[in-house]
Amino acid sequence: MMSKLKDFALLFAALLLFWGLLNASLATDVVLVGLVAALVIALLFRNSLSVFSEFRATPRAFATAPVYVLYFLKELVKSNLRLAAIVLSPSLPVTPGIVKVRTKLKSRMGRLLLANSITLTPGTLTVELRDEWLYIHWVTVESTDIDAATANIVAGFEHYLEVMYG
Amino acid sequence: MDILGGLLLVAGAAFLFFGGLGLLRMPDVFNRIQAGTKATTLGTLLTLAGVGCLQPAWALKLLLIGLFILFTNPISSQVLARAAHRIGTEKASRTVVDHLAEDTGESS
Repeated sequence: MMSKLKDFALLFAALLLFWGLLNASLATDVVLVGLVAALVIALLFRNSLSVFSEFRATPRAFATAPVYVLYFLKELVKSNLRLAAIVLSPSLPVTPGIVKVRTKLKSRMGRLLLANSITLTPGTLTVELRDEWLYIHWVTVESTDIDAATANIVAGFEHYLEVMYG
Repeated sequence: MDILGGLLLVAGAAFLFFGGLGLLRMPDVFNRIQAGTKATTLGTLLTLAGVGCLQPAWALKLLLIGLFILFTNPISSQVLARAAHRIGTEKASRTVVDHLAEDTGESS
C-alpha cells in the first residue's frame, strides 16, 4: 500500500515537473491546469510501470544513476563511431547474427532499461525479451557462446542497473 | 557559443547522414534498424545540443525532447525488430547464428 502511494506521488511530481519545464511559467491558470492534468494522469496510470517503480531509493542507487547515464552516453558515442566506420568502409564488414544472453536483473524496469541501453550501444539490438533471456541482434558477432556474449554485451550496464533496480 | 553550436549541428548532421547511408548499405532489415536507431539518436541529440547553444532560452524544452527520444527510440526499434523476426523476414546470407529462431523452433 505504501509503495503504491509512493509510486503515485512520484509520477504526479514528475508530470508536474515536466509541465513546469514545458511552460516555463508560474501563472495561476497554467499551474492549475497542470495540477489537474497531472492528478488525472497519475490516477489513471498509478498501477502501470514507471521509471520510479522498483527503483531502490538507497543512497548508493542515487549515486550510481549519474554514473550510469555518463557510461551510457560514452557507449552511445562509441557505438555511433563504430557504425560510421562500418558504413563507410567499402567492404561493409558485418557478420550479423542473433545471440542469446542472460541477465541477473529481477525487476521489470531494470530489464526494460537494460534492453533499451543495449539497443542504443555498439552494434547490438534487443529483438526479444523472454524472462531472464534477451535475444540480441549483433552486427559483428564476436561470440556465439551464451556466457561470453553475456559478458561482452550485458555486463557493463547490468553492473550499474543492479544497484539501481536489482 | 555560436561556433560550438555550429560544430554540434554539423556533427549531428554528419551522424544522421551516416545513419541514412547505413540504411542504404546494410544487407537486411535488422542491420538497417541498427543503423537507423543509433545514428538518429546521437545525431538528433547533437543537433538538439547545437540548437541549445544557439538559442539558450530553449534549453529546457530541448532537454525534454532529448529525453523523450532517448526513451522512445530504442523501444520502437526493438518492437520493429521483434515484429520483423516473428513474420520471418529474410536475414542476410552472411548471418552467422540465430538463437531466437532455434529456440522458437522455426527453420532459420
